[in-house]
Amino acid sequence: MPGASALRQRPDAVLTPRDATAALKAAIGTGVRAQDPSASTAATPVLAIEHVSLAFGGVTALADINLDVWPGEIHAVIGPNGAGKSSLLNVVTGLYQPDRGRVRHGGRPFAHVPTARLARLGVARTFQNLSLFKGLTVLDNIVMGLSAEVRSSFLGQIFGVPAAAREERRHRAAAGEIVEFLHLTEVADRTAGGLPYGIQKRVELGRALVAKPKLLLLDEPMAGMTLTEKRELTGFIRTARDTYGTSIVLIEHDIGVVMGLSDRVAVLDYGRKIADGTPDEVQADQAVIDAYLGVAHDVDVGGGI
Amino acid sequence: MFDYQFFLEVLIGGLLSGIMYSLVALGFVLIYKTSGVLNFAQGSMLLFAALTFVSLVERGVPFWGAFAATLGVMVLLGVAVERTILRPLVNQPPITLFMATLGLSYVIEGVAQLLWGTQVHGLDLGIEDSPFEVYGVLISQFDLFAAAVAGSLVAAFSLFFRYTRIGLAFRAVADDQYAALAVGLRLPRVWAIVWTAAGVVALVAGLLWGARLGVQFSLSLVVLKALPVLVLGGFDSIAGAIVGGLLIGAIEKLSEVYIGPYFGGGIEGWAAYVVALGFLLIRPAGLFGQKLVERA
Repeated sequence: MPGASALRQRPDAVLTPRDATAALKAAIGTGVRAQDPSASTAATPVLAIEHVSLAFGGVTALADINLDVWPGEIHAVIGPNGAGKSSLLNVVTGLYQPDRGRVRHGGRPFAHVPTARLARLGVARTFQNLSLFKGLTVLDNIVMGLSAEVRSSFLGQIFGVPAAAREERRHRAAAGEIVEFLHLTEVADRTAGGLPYGIQKRVELGRALVAKPKLLLLDEPMAGMTLTEKRELTGFIRTARDTYGTSIVLIEHDIGVVMGLSDRVAVLDYGRKIADGTPDEVQADQAVIDAYLGVAHDVDVGGGI
Repeated sequence: MFDYQFFLEVLIGGLLSGIMYSLVALGFVLIYKTSGVLNFAQGSMLLFAALTFVSLVERGVPFWGAFAATLGVMVLLGVAVERTILRPLVNQPPITLFMATLGLSYVIEGVAQLLWGTQVHGLDLGIEDSPFEVYGVLISQFDLFAAAVAGSLVAAFSLFFRYTRIGLAFRAVADDQYAALAVGLRLPRVWAIVWTAAGVVALVAGLLWGARLGVQFSLSLVVLKALPVLVLGGFDSIAGAIVGGLLIGAIEKLSEVYIGPYFGGGIEGWAAYVVALGFLLIRPAGLFGQKLVERA
């Protein structure tokens, strides 16, 4: 059974770039916002999804979903195509307003999450279909990740008043350190749109990471990547979590990556959450095997709609 | 024998008037680039700015006072447009937004008429329109002045886009609005600033065109001159607006002088549109425009 063997093969071979941790630690030292992981008390989840339901016409996309993401946790959300993963992410980012239930970001409840305020709430994301600023350089893309923290007025920027210039230097330095951490130094001044897919994905991760978010939403970060690129990116994600204490919600189809990287795995099927636990628990869960893992054949080829 | 000196004179005259077209096109590009809206009201904004300025001057306000006051009015207009039109219509299809700007153009013209009346005003910027000679080529002093002003404005905008953080934000918004939102850019603020910038461009263009043609309601029709410029240069490229303007200016004058006689003259008014039409068939995105690639 191809699915089962894919499951058992734990990706122990995942590489953590050796120098990445050191580079990232350096990044924190001069970081834009001093982030103390212990400051966020473990008592409040970074993200709490409470009784969220959503239907499109008569079709149920999400049915009474509950999900907590704790500080420093990598929480994967998996499920067959059409299970509601993307709908859930769209509710969390405010693209959809749920019919019932609410979403708490850092304890603050929202019936409809204000998309425009997400960055200021400490939430960053990457997109399933790359969403880079293609005409900007790699470094400028990552600098834009700090947009929510710009304090200087546009007149101040035009006339180059000292405070604006200082802020700009600080942001450039923070972006430069992320560039180093993600091994993007050689392409830092290249236009992002012209780079290979795998590198663009990494730039997008950098743009999300530079603001040192409390919560990072990764929407199929490994899609379309080669095995080497996947290993590399897995290492970067884990290191980012270890160093910043960033909580990560990971939507991903590659079961090997998910089981190796996640602390907890939630499984969706037809809009319902059928399991939520450690990778080992979830892999042993009969409902999950029936609904998803047993038909792992569909996982990567995208069988059901 | 081909008269090179005369050719050069026509060409330079064409290029200089072309920069005036670039100036109008620049207003379009700023807004189109950052919000995907073809702002049909750019012409009315231009008229409104020129009319406000000239009416203030006629009421005894000194030149720079009137300039500053009009600038203030254009800033208010930009912010008001963002509040009352763009924000409620966010995420609507481009045609809806285009129709909104079409309506806006009539509102602005109506308000201008209500405020300042309908008569034609002369506008004197204090620059003599007497030609001077360089190596036997006659050049209009006013055209040269207008070109210098337009050129510095374009240069200022280019520097702004390249070197300031908000300029970077403009380019980011132009590239991907949703990602811009996700990184925490305040889109309403960006739009308000862009419309303000377009208002400033409209003011400068309105003064230069007003001094040339007189400040009257037909002034708003210079937008139609900007359309072939945009087709040639691309709707989303500042460089394209400049090069397109220069090309259209030169094409108009040269075709009038050298091809016009075969048609009995008077082709200056439509030659540019013929070229634009031909261009649409060959290179629909324009010289510098981004090709639209839709991914499934």
